[in-house]
Amino acid sequence: MNERLLRLALPVLVLVIAIVLWGAVVRIEAIPPYVLPSPGLVASTLVSDGPLLMHSLWVTLVTTLEGFALAAIGGIGLAVLFSQSRAVEYSLYPYAVILQVTPVVAVAPLLLIYLPQPLAVLACAWIVAFFPVLANTTLGLNSVDHNLLALFELYKASRWQILWRLKLPAALPQMLTGLRIAGGLSLIGAVVAEIAAGSAGAGSGLAYRIAESGYRLNIPRMFAALLLLSIAGVCIYFVLSFLSHLMLRRWHESAIAREH
Amino acid sequence: MSAPAATTATIVSLRHVGKTFDSGTTALAGFDLDVRGGEFVSLLGPSGCGKSTALRIVAGLSAPSAGTVAWPQGAARIAFVFQEPTLMPWATVSANVALPLRLAHADSRTTDNAVAQSLARVGLTDFSGAYPRELSGGMKMRASIARALVTEPDLLLMDEPFAALDEISRFKLNNDLLSLWQSLRRTVVFVTHSVFESVYLSQRILVMSPRPGRVVAEITIPAAYPRDEEFRTSAEYAGYCRQVAQALAAAMAGERAA
Repeated sequence: MNERLLRLALPVLVLVIAIVLWGAVVRIEAIPPYVLPSPGLVASTLVSDGPLLMHSLWVTLVTTLEGFALAAIGGIGLAVLFSQSRAVEYSLYPYAVILQVTPVVAVAPLLLIYLPQPLAVLACAWIVAFFPVLANTTLGLNSVDHNLLALFELYKASRWQILWRLKLPAALPQMLTGLRIAGGLSLIGAVVAEIAAGSAGAGSGLAYRIAESGYRLNIPRMFAALLLLSIAGVCIYFVLSFLSHLMLRRWHESAIAREH
Repeated sequence: MSAPAATTATIVSLRHVGKTFDSGTTALAGFDLDVRGGEFVSLLGPSGCGKSTALRIVAGLSAPSAGTVAWPQGAARIAFVFQEPTLMPWATVSANVALPLRLAHADSRTTDNAVAQSLARVGLTDFSGAYPRELSGGMKMRASIARALVTEPDLLLMDEPFAALDEISRFKLNNDLLSLWQSLRRTVVFVTHSVFESVYLSQRILVMSPRPGRVVAEITIPAAYPRDEEFRTSAEYAGYCRQVAQALAAAMAGERAA
């Protein structure tokens, strides 16, 4: 209990110290708000620009969740397909890797030419997020206990039974790890694409607000938008971690507290 | 000679079976085995003598590279107990035990009854809702045996199932396995590297020699069942152990000379 309290209290303490220092530096050095706004100004901007920023946050979140959902479906689906057919795996896996290692910042402008903007943003979110799901799920599907596989064969299990009753549950921990990474990455993908689109002059997501505020030297709003983005990222991470914990808590060692 | 009269009909017969792996290792060569209905037979040998390979070939999990496997009375229902409990960690004990029936699409009433009966046989009724990680090593192995028995198999193949257990659990499971065998009258092929375990359990012991794996001696243990702790500490038991140990030593010496 003490340790849990400490794990919560210490980061909060660091945050408070950082904000106080930040405020003090701005006041003492008399830094103008278009260079570095004080924490108070960021907070009041957050309130005054609230409706605008909230709308943008909503746009970005929807893209992120759509990208995440498509990444989950695509990544798990492709991994299952790979586990069923070596030929398909050998044919497609290299391209999945290429898609992953090509920086999405570089791909985004091209996608914006070929696709309508919302679709291009979604595609970027998908491209970055799907690979960790694919890679982790593939690893999980391939690490099934060989004796359990032999047991299923002994009882003449069908391909479908082996997949549904053995491989998918066995891959669940790795699959959930992939999804947790994908949650954060789909936000990054959405932001990158929005910024690329923003410089082309369209869009209304949170990242677009940051780019737009930058051109207008509205630094407090940039900070406010950035704050919302990181809060969104943290929330996505915690929600996915919690779901993962719920699904694994009864049986997987990673989700069970060690007893001392 | 007071061994129970085993049904003499052979249920599976291996002739001149050889197995060479892709790596070039020859695990078995000229391996012969006849298993008769209702008997308890052990394959005894040092690690690497191909006894697990022989068991996997009987189970159909591995194909022989030479020789034949014949089932004179038609295909038998086979169950396999691995050295590790090999339970699905995400499923409860009862779901694990139910697996063979679920895979065969048995209806849920039949499955539930068979699972309950099988768990009762191994003394795990109170743990049906537990997950494998909550069980001790011995209890996990009991769950594994319950899963093997749930299909009412004709032939139970056991691959060093108790090798990883502590001595106390192993003795207990030896006793329970024997009483199950006596009440259910299944045929058991038991692989072990323990002289003491093989003598305690078996009617017949096939001593194997490694590289390539083959049967070099067959020893009958005619002691009466039920065998219990009294038998385990008897001079008779010690005598059989000495005899089997000598046969095993001769098998190993033969290998060194070769």
